[in-house]
Amino acid sequence: MPAGGGRPTPPQERVISPVLGLAVLDPAVLDPAVLAPLVAPSEPWINFDVGLLVDRFWANTINGLAYGSIYALVALGYTLVYGVLQLINFAHSEIFILGVFGVYLTFLALGFEPGAIPDLPLGFIIVDLILAGLVAMVVSGLAAVLLERTAYRPLRRRRAPRLAFLITAIGASFVLQQLIRIWRGSNPEGTIRLLPPTPVFEIFGAPVTNLQILIFVASLAMFVVADTFVNRTRLGRGIRAVAQDPDTATLMGVNRERVITITFLVGGLLAGVAGLFYLMTIPQGAVYNGGFLLGIKAFTAAVLGGIGNLRGALLGGLILGVAENYGQSLFGGDWRDVVAFVLLVVVLMFRPTGILGESLARSRA
Amino acid sequence: MIRRRLAAAGALVAAAALVLSGCANQGGGEQQGGGPQAAAPSQPTDAVLPAGNGQGRCAPGTSIGYAGTIAGQNAALGIAIVNAAQLAVDQHNQANPNCQVTLVRADTGGTPDTAVGPTTALINNPQVLGIVGLPFSGESRAVGPALNAAGLVNITPSATNPGLTQNGWTNFFRGLGNDAVQGPAIGRYIQERLGAQNVCVIKDDSDYGIGLAGQVTQTLGPAASCQADVKTNQREFSAIIGQVQQAQPQAIFYSGYYQEAAPLIQQLRDAGVQTTFVGPDGVKDEQYVVNAAGSADGTLLSCPCVPQEGFTDFTNAYQQAFGVPPQTYSAESYDVTTILLQGIDQGIADRAGLLNHVRNYNGQGLTKRFQWSPNGELANTPVWMYRVQGNQIVTDSQIG
Amino acid sequence: MRHRMSQISAFWNARSRVQQWGLLVPVVVFLLWLPVLNPPLITTEPATDFPIALFNAAVLALIAIGLNVVIGQAGLLDLGYVGFFAIGAYTTALLSSPDSLLGVRYPWLVIVPIAMLVTMISGVILGTPTLRLRGDYLAIVTLGFGEIVRLLADNIDPLRGNRGFQNIARPEATYPDGSPVFSQTDVLGFYWLAVCLIVIVLMLMGNLERSRVGRAWIAVREDEDVAELTGVPTYRFKIWAFAIGAAVGGLSGALFAAQVGYVNNQRFDVATSILYLAAVVLGGSGNKVGVIVGAFLVSYIPDRFQFEPQYRFLVFGLALMVLMAFRPQGLLGMRQHLLTYGRQAYRRLFGAGAAVAPTGMTASTRAAGDLPEVKPDDHAGTSPRGGGE
Repeated sequence: MPAGGGRPTPPQERVISPVLGLAVLDPAVLDPAVLAPLVAPSEPWINFDVGLLVDRFWANTINGLAYGSIYALVALGYTLVYGVLQLINFAHSEIFILGVFGVYLTFLALGFEPGAIPDLPLGFIIVDLILAGLVAMVVSGLAAVLLERTAYRPLRRRRAPRLAFLITAIGASFVLQQLIRIWRGSNPEGTIRLLPPTPVFEIFGAPVTNLQILIFVASLAMFVVADTFVNRTRLGRGIRAVAQDPDTATLMGVNRERVITITFLVGGLLAGVAGLFYLMTIPQGAVYNGGFLLGIKAFTAAVLGGIGNLRGALLGGLILGVAENYGQSLFGGDWRDVVAFVLLVVVLMFRPTGILGESLARSRA
Repeated sequence: MIRRRLAAAGALVAAAALVLSGCANQGGGEQQGGGPQAAAPSQPTDAVLPAGNGQGRCAPGTSIGYAGTIAGQNAALGIAIVNAAQLAVDQHNQANPNCQVTLVRADTGGTPDTAVGPTTALINNPQVLGIVGLPFSGESRAVGPALNAAGLVNITPSATNPGLTQNGWTNFFRGLGNDAVQGPAIGRYIQERLGAQNVCVIKDDSDYGIGLAGQVTQTLGPAASCQADVKTNQREFSAIIGQVQQAQPQAIFYSGYYQEAAPLIQQLRDAGVQTTFVGPDGVKDEQYVVNAAGSADGTLLSCPCVPQEGFTDFTNAYQQAFGVPPQTYSAESYDVTTILLQGIDQGIADRAGLLNHVRNYNGQGLTKRFQWSPNGELANTPVWMYRVQGNQIVTDSQIG
Repeated sequence: MRHRMSQISAFWNARSRVQQWGLLVPVVVFLLWLPVLNPPLITTEPATDFPIALFNAAVLALIAIGLNVVIGQAGLLDLGYVGFFAIGAYTTALLSSPDSLLGVRYPWLVIVPIAMLVTMISGVILGTPTLRLRGDYLAIVTLGFGEIVRLLADNIDPLRGNRGFQNIARPEATYPDGSPVFSQTDVLGFYWLAVCLIVIVLMLMGNLERSRVGRAWIAVREDEDVAELTGVPTYRFKIWAFAIGAAVGGLSGALFAAQVGYVNNQRFDVATSILYLAAVVLGGSGNKVGVIVGAFLVSYIPDRFQFEPQYRFLVFGLALMVLMAFRPQGLLGMRQHLLTYGRQAYRRLFGAGAAVAPTGMTASTRAAGDLPEVKPDDHAGTSPRGGGE
C-alpha cells in the first residue's frame, strides 16, 4: 500500500513557505525523496510530455475541433442570452441536457434498445437522427422559452437586480436537474448508438471519422444560420437593438418581450442540436447531471471568445476543445480542466473582454 | 408498498425452492481463451438468509441504519446498497412477525462533510443497533472515529481502501476484500495469465481508484509502463486514447467505476485499440456492459465477490422490488444486513451485543463466508475474474 | 410585507448603536441556546443532527459574511469563493494532520491565523491580475480559480486528493467531566465558537464599513468610474475587499476542517461556490444580517428536508426561485444609507422623526423602494441599460 495505510515518516518540522500556492512550487516539497513514499512508483503527478504532444498534434486538433463544436453550440446559447439580458443563464446547461434526453427518448420511441448497435441502412439512420435532432430542438427550445416565462419574466416585471436573475437561474438549474433525476433515475441511460464512428480519411496520419466531419460541418452550418439570423433578418435586428439599448429599442417599436423570447428560443434550439451531437459522440451522456460540467465549459468558451458575441462563442468553443486536448497530452489527462481555466485566465489578462471582445450589438457585419 | 410486500413474498417462495436445489461450486475451473466458462457458484446451500427461522423476537422499534448516499454524488452506488438492505429487512420482517425491524436511512450525500450530520443522528438514535455503510472510503474516514466511539457496529458493503482497518477502530468491518487483496491478484493475473509485459494503468481520481491502481502498479513493477488519469464524470477520452496508442500496451487496467469505464472502452475500441481491457469490481456492473454498447466484449473484470448470477432468488426478488437488476455491491449489502438481522433475531437488544455478534460471526452468506479478523478484514476473500461475453458478464475463474 | 419590513428597518435605524446592541444580545443568546432547546418543527432530527445542522449553517453564515464583503460591499461578482474556503481547510489539514508531508502538528489556535494569512495572500495573488477585469469576466475568472484550487488538490499528490487528511487538530478544551468541548459529533462547543466568531467578525466588518475603506467599497460598487475619477484608488480597494473576504473564507475553512476532522477534495466544487453566492443574494447582498439569514436558509432547507432525500434539492431549487420572485433584492435589502455619519445626516435631511433612511434615498437609486441593480460591469456607458423595460 504505497499511499494511505503505511504512513511515511516525513522529516520533522520541515519549514515551508506558508502560501499554499507557493508551497506547491517549493523545491523542498518537490524533492523526489520526500514524495517517493507517497506516490505510486515511477509516476510523477505532472508530466511534460512534449513528444506525445507533437506526436498527437493532428489527432488532438481534429478531436478538439469536433468536441469544441459542441461547446460552441452550447456557448451560443449563453452568449445570446447574455447579449440581450446581460444574464448568465446558469440553467442553460439543463436546457442542453433536456435536449440530450429528447434525443434519447426519441431513440427509445423509435424502438431502439440500449446495448447493441442496430444494423440499419444508412438512409434510415440519417432520418432517425434528424428526427431525434428535431425533437431535441423542440424540447430544448420550449424548455428555454418556458424557463424565460416562468422564471425570468416575473423578475423583469419587478425590475429585480441582476443578481436575483442569477440566483433564479441557479434555482431553476437545480429544479430541472432534480426533476430529470426523479423521473429517469440517477443512473446514466443505457447506451443507444445509431452511428458508430468510422474513419473516412486521414490528415497527417490522424484519422478523421464520419461523426467528426458531420458534427463539425453541421455545427458550422448552425452557426452560420444563427449568425445570419441575428445579423441579417428583421428579428435579428430587433435582438441587436435590444442588446444595444433596450429602452431606445422599445421606443423605436421593438417588442422587447418578444425579442427576449426569441433569444431564448434560438439558444434552446441550438442547445438541442448540441444535445444530438453530444449523444452521438458520447452515447453514455444521458444522465441528469451530465450537463453541468459541459455547461461550465461552454460558458468558459463564450467568455474566452468574448461573451455576447456569436463569433466569439464559436471561436472560444473550438479553441477550448483543442487546447484541452493539447494540455492533456502535455501534462496528463487529469490536467484537462486546469488547462481550460488557466487558458481563460491568461487570455483575459491580455484581452480583458475575450478574444473577439465585442458585444452582440456591435458584432454587425 | 404493496408491490414490495408481494415481491418479498414471492422471493421467499423462490428462496425456499432454491435452497433445496442449490449447489455450491467454489472451485472454479481453469479455462483459457474462449473455452467453456467456469460454473458460477450458485447459492451456497448453507447461506444464511434474512428470513432466518421465523422465530425472531425483538422489541418494537428496533432499527438498523443505512448511512450513505441516496440522492447525492454517485447516488447510483448508494441506491444499489440501500435497496438491497431494504430487501433484506423486508424479507426478514415478512418471515418474523414478532420482530419488525426498521431500516433507518441517513443520506450522507457521499461526501465527508455532509456525512457527519446524518451519521450523528443515527448515533444519537438509541434504537439503531448497527449500521450498514458507509459506501465510500472518504466519508468512512470522516465519521469512523465517531462511530467507533459510539461502539456502533458498522459494516461497509463497498469501501475498499485498505487504510480503513488500520485506524484501530473496533467497530468497523468490511463486507468484501480490500484493495490490497484484489490489487495483487489482478496484477498477477495480468502478468501471468495474460502474459502482458507492457501494461497501461489508467485510474480515476477516487480514493478507490487511486488505492487500487497503486496496488496493481506495485505488483506489476516495471511492466506498468504507462500511467494515465481520468476525472470522475469525464466522458471524452481522446487524449488518453492517444497516450495508449503511443504506448502500445499488451493490456490496459482501468482502476475506477463503470460510469467512466463504459465511455472509455467504447472510445478505445472506436479508435481501433483492441488491447485486452481489465477492470475491477467498480466496473463490474450490468450498466458497464449496456453503456459500452457492444464495445465491452472481452473485458476482464475482477471482483472480490463470488459470482452473483447463481443467486437467482435474490436477483429476482431485487428485480421485482425495484424494477432493476441488482448492481455492484447489492449482494454484499444484502449479506451484511442479514448478519445484523441475525443478531437481532437472537434477542440482542443493545449495541455492544450486536458488535460482539458481528465480531464473533462465522457464517455463509450469498457472496462468501463471513468471518472477520480483529481489525475488521474478512478472513476469507476470494477474488474472481469475470469476462464480458456477448453482452453478459460471465464467470471466468477464481484468481485469488 | 415590504411595508412591514421597512417599518422594522425604520425602527432599527432609529435606535442608537448602544440600543441596537442591547436588542441584539438576547437574539445572540437565543441563538446560542437554540441547539439545546431543539424545538420541534424547527429541528432537523431525526434525519440529521440538529446541532450539526446549526453548526453548518453558522459556518455558511461566516462564509456569507466574507463573501458579502466582496459581492455586497465592493460589488465584485465572485463565483470561486469556495477556493478560499478550501485553502483555509487545506492549510489546517497540512499543518495538523499526521497524513501531511509537513510532519508538523500545530494546535488549532495557532493554525487559524496562519490559515487566514495564507488565504489572504492567495486573495491578493488572485486579485492582482484579475481585478482589472470587470463584471462577469471577473465572475468567470474567479469561477476558474475556484476550480483550479480544487483540481490542484486533486492532481498534486502531496495534497492527497480524494484520500484526504485524517485527524485534523481541533481546539483543545474539556468539560468538567473530562469530555472534549470540541468534537465531531457533539458540536455544541463548535457551534458556540462559530456564533462567537460571527459576532466578532460582524463587529470588525461593521467598523470597516463605516471607515474610509467601507465608503470606498460602496463607491466602487455604485459606479467604479465615478469613484476612480473622484480620487478613490479603486483597484487597491478592490484588492482589499478580496483579501479581507478571503481571510474570512480561510477562517471558516479552518473551522470546518476542525469540526469534520477530515478534509479531502470533495465539496470544494463550483456547485458549492454557487450555493455560497445563493446565500448572499438570497438574504440580501450588502446587508450583513441579511446574508446570515440567507446562509441559514441555504444550509437549513436541505437539512430540514433530509428525511426526504429524493426531493430535498428540488425543494431547495424551488425555494430559491420563489424567494427571488417575491423578494428580488433579497430577504433584507442592501443597506443603502450612508453609514458613517448616517444618523446625523438623515436626521438633518428628513427631520428627527424620519431618521429612517428608507432604502432608496441615495442619489443612485431610481425608484423609491426599489434597489439599484448591482451592475459591476457598467463600462462607462458602453452598454447603457436602464432598469426599466
